[in-house]
Amino acid sequence: MKESISLTWRRIPERYKMIGSRCTTCGTNYFPPRGVCSKCRRKGKIEPFEFSGNGKVYSFTQIHAAPAGFEKEVPYVMAIVELDEGTRCTGQVVDAKLEDIKIGDEVEGVFRKILSDDPEGPIHYGFKFRLKK
Amino acid sequence: MRKVAIIGVGMTKFGENWEQGFREMVTEAGVKAIQDANIKGDEISAGYVGTMASGSLVGQEHAGALIADYMGLNPVPITRVEGACASGSLALRQGVMAVASGLHDVVVVGGVEKMTDLDTAAVSQILGGAGDQEWELFMGATFPGLYAFMARRHMYEYGTTEEMLASVAVKNHENGAHNPYAQFQRPITIEQVLNSKMVADPLHILDCSPITDGAAAVVLAPLDEATNFNKKPIEILASEQASGTLALHDRSNLTSIKAAKTASQRAYQKAGITPKDIDVAEVHDCFTIAEVIATEDLGFFKPGEGGKAALEGKTKIDGEVAVNTSGGLKSTGHPVGATGVKQAAEVTWQLRGEAGERQAKDVEYALTHNVGGSGATAVVHLYKRGY
Repeated sequence: MKESISLTWRRIPERYKMIGSRCTTCGTNYFPPRGVCSKCRRKGKIEPFEFSGNGKVYSFTQIHAAPAGFEKEVPYVMAIVELDEGTRCTGQVVDAKLEDIKIGDEVEGVFRKILSDDPEGPIHYGFKFRLKK
Repeated sequence: MRKVAIIGVGMTKFGENWEQGFREMVTEAGVKAIQDANIKGDEISAGYVGTMASGSLVGQEHAGALIADYMGLNPVPITRVEGACASGSLALRQGVMAVASGLHDVVVVGGVEKMTDLDTAAVSQILGGAGDQEWELFMGATFPGLYAFMARRHMYEYGTTEEMLASVAVKNHENGAHNPYAQFQRPITIEQVLNSKMVADPLHILDCSPITDGAAAVVLAPLDEATNFNKKPIEILASEQASGTLALHDRSNLTSIKAAKTASQRAYQKAGITPKDIDVAEVHDCFTIAEVIATEDLGFFKPGEGGKAALEGKTKIDGEVAVNTSGGLKSTGHPVGATGVKQAAEVTWQLRGEAGERQAKDVEYALTHNVGGSGATAVVHLYKRGY
């Protein structure tokens, strides 16, 4: 599926600046943002919350067989990152080889091109991660 | 609620069925199941069909109506249900609920996927839709990649090895070699798995289920009336479904699929049995790590011991519990919407004693475990003989 212009535009705060959300009732942070707190449901009060992009590698892999749009990048490293503010998200790890990375490594968020899936369409940007060491 | 039984099963050969389209496969499986059930078309009062992505894979939506039409069953209502790779079991569960409630008497349940009309990159992208499109797939993750995240954590937390994972594929190919419906009917070795191309580290291509065409069908009836049709009805003791987070990163634990654990615990409770009672289990081994996790979630082995158990042969046909006698998704193939229904067909053959060279001994209780995506949907059914 090609990413539509309106979808990319709609996700700019989350993908460019890692704006998630926070439930002020229970203090849970969400990234990507949620409109309903999974713990408090209707009793929750949700407001925007900016994540630092800093975190630790929770799990990782190296992708060799890429989906459409990522063929030129293989092999590339991906991780599930435990963000410092207390939730996890999935992203690519730039400038790293498989042998460089292990569970627990510290990473920081970086702004990068994610995908260009149509020569006449928009370039889709967003966050990736980089090893701190 | 009425007790429900399977009175007929049927399936197509699983594989690259270039000569058959979506409608030919589902019709073949449906007709075989109806013949096996010994019923007439006008005795069928409703149908349910599971297909994950017929719209994306072959451009055909409205699968229920197509099937009623091509099976010659109009005006019988047939409804499509979708829960990614668990679509087949969801269709079975709809059928069970319809018969149990008394709303319908004889119900036909199908599962089908036509996957080889597109190239692999396109199919991978479509299957990716079973995960979180905006926050996993957009970032470059693939389905093997998501299961690789689970495998890596399982290795880190429990010391599971690539060799243990490979032993799952080897065992399933060994079983599939005796299944005439299987896509790959040949044994493989641990060395072949470990030396095969890496897909998403630590998962090799031979750790992954393939892209497959195929269809399967079962016919359901109230248990009380089942022997009027078929002398060997199989009772469905429990049908349980649970949901989990769509994205893998939102789970507190990557070494277990909570929805599968929940569904199985509810099913055991409902049937009044324990994991120790299960003789045959068809589990969702879309990747080798998925079978390891399944055998732990279902309570056959303690958390962290599934890989070791597989390597020691405890899940072979003559082991403690016969897991994936059909060859599983790995060797039988994984036409996503058909898989859950195929699992029900396999355990029916096992309980009837009709599984040929892959028959397990003294089968009293059987289980099927079907997972959608990386675990956001899980469905568990329990079975025993109804005769």
